[in-house]
Amino acid sequence: MIARLRVRRGTADEPATRYQEFAVPFETGATVLDALIWIRAQQDASLAIRYSCINANVCKECLIAIDGEVGYACTTRLHHDAVMTLDPLPGKPVLRDLVTETRPPRERLK
Amino acid sequence: MTDLATDILIVGAGGAGMYAAIAAARAGAERVLLVDKSLIGRGGATIMAQMTVAAALGEECPDDWHAHLDDTLAAGRGLCDENLAALLCRDAPARIREMEEWRVGWARREDGRIAQVTAPGHSRPRCCYVDFLNTGPAVAATLRRRIGQIAAIKRVSNLAVTDLVISEGEAAGAVALDIAEGEPVTIAAKAIIIATGGLTRIYHRNSASANMGGDGHALALAAGAELVDMEFVQFFPIGHLAPRLVGMDPIMWDPFRYKLGGRLLDGAGREFLADYGSDESEGYTTPRDIATYAIQKEVAAGRGSPHGGVYLSFTHVPRSALAAAFGPVIERLKKNGIDLGTVPVEVAPIAHYHMGGIAVDERMATRVPGLFAAGEAAGGANGANRLSGNAIPEALVFGEQAGHAAAHYAAGRCLPNWPSRAGAAAIDQIRSLSEGCKGDIAAVELLEGMREVMWGDVGPFRTAAGLARAIARFEEMRQVLAQVAVPAGQQFNAALADWFELRGSLVAAEAVAHAAAARTESRGAHQRDDFPNTDPSWARSQRLAMTSDGGLMMDTRR
Repeated sequence: MIARLRVRRGTADEPATRYQEFAVPFETGATVLDALIWIRAQQDASLAIRYSCINANVCKECLIAIDGEVGYACTTRLHHDAVMTLDPLPGKPVLRDLVTETRPPRERLK
Repeated sequence: MTDLATDILIVGAGGAGMYAAIAAARAGAERVLLVDKSLIGRGGATIMAQMTVAAALGEECPDDWHAHLDDTLAAGRGLCDENLAALLCRDAPARIREMEEWRVGWARREDGRIAQVTAPGHSRPRCCYVDFLNTGPAVAATLRRRIGQIAAIKRVSNLAVTDLVISEGEAAGAVALDIAEGEPVTIAAKAIIIATGGLTRIYHRNSASANMGGDGHALALAAGAELVDMEFVQFFPIGHLAPRLVGMDPIMWDPFRYKLGGRLLDGAGREFLADYGSDESEGYTTPRDIATYAIQKEVAAGRGSPHGGVYLSFTHVPRSALAAAFGPVIERLKKNGIDLGTVPVEVAPIAHYHMGGIAVDERMATRVPGLFAAGEAAGGANGANRLSGNAIPEALVFGEQAGHAAAHYAAGRCLPNWPSRAGAAAIDQIRSLSEGCKGDIAAVELLEGMREVMWGDVGPFRTAAGLARAIARFEEMRQVLAQVAVPAGQQFNAALADWFELRGSLVAAEAVAHAAAARTESRGAHQRDDFPNTDPSWARSQRLAMTSDGGLMMDTRR
């Protein structure tokens, strides 16, 4: 079985210009983050996403918009019945793809 | 290009790094720069710890840090650096009480004392925790709050140190990749503390954060420091395997085994730990290395569970007791389709902690003047097998020592006179990679391949042939580094960060494999199928250093 994802791509200079569609193998229980990690390893290493704890849901870094709802990629289950649309967290400047500027202001260089 | 200057540079902002920053400021350092590849206080292992913290507080019954030390040395199978282990056990109570003053919220008994449970390997109840499964997140949040209140500590997230700069034999600073901007940054520093955590991310099955690929070990080696006990990787025996569990640490089951006596069963539902000499009739007492061994042998003999592990069952425990012990965790498990009252879960060993690391003395100083290490990145205290509950005390106690010692080292020294030619190659490397590299393989794909090799050939069971195969594969991968594809791009170019992770992880992987190949015996977490017995003549640590051409050199002398 296959899950299909539409992922918004773009950089700070050209934010949110396009969606790219990926097909990933579906396994019961798999998460959106699993799919994004699979895409990075198997199809497109340039896809940018923030995550640290992988799926313990303690680092809280992987917050994005999934089908229009804000959620953690690491705990949102993948589904295979319809295309899932992934966007960067709304209201934050985009750095690249699904990565937004979520660092506290005092943790930035500039 | 951004040029930073600081008294003390701390690389890695987990428990050890954050505590080192607090201690350095307390010891008088005016400028402390705390940096992390990830976000400050959100990556690393501390925040992942859902378990317990060992300290001889004596809240449940009389205790003494010497008794904690005895248990630590016994668990270490004769290989602990006794001075480091003593430091850990001696100072743990002060650090744990200080965390309480900082409102971490240790779980309490009904009489108001701090609750302490008996984790495996401890001679008495000594391990405190924050309910429910919240120990690490509570410790991390407490430290984050604390460093935010100290003006001397400057924090920078998404800054990956790629090279240390050593000038005239002394630590002088670092070159780093500003991941957000894709640009090199120079950092002049009077002293440096490596607090990058362990290296378990280099294994296929791991309970690590994404930023624990052993890059700190590679930095230390290249700077001239030694690594010690690299072959000893703790495989946590009952890491979650199936059904798929998300939103929780895969090693969450241990505290429930102490509290409720979860039973380990083979694929046919039979208890098997007694076959390996471990009597659990009086409770859960089997040390991690023995439990890992038993589970792997059951699976190898064809007696495993469907996904290649064994069963952990709580079905004999009344539902009221499950609800009391698990609290809100019951609901989180239900969301994962797990009802502990009716079905067992499947568990299997998972790379969890690395006993080895950067060789340091009791001041956390490496042999390179001005270069210190703390936390899981520092080796020696835990010997061949870590006692459960010793990781967070190690982070706090060693962080304290390192921060204090680095502040004293830096006091009265001038800022090293650089950047100069010293950092030029490292700066050029970042610039040229961000312009893009044509290649036929992605770093992240090679990283996956490396993790498979580590799991298969440098995992819980090792042989001379497997280790030689792994070393050869890592050498090949190192040659391929120059042909790795990096798409051009600066801002948050993930592939650029992957390239540096791969370069560091390959050094760490080779170091583990070389040390494992040289140790021709089985001891603690290092199990050789071709040398199954412990050899008393091997009751000594091995050290590794880097040669001038980038190779690894073993030194088994003490």
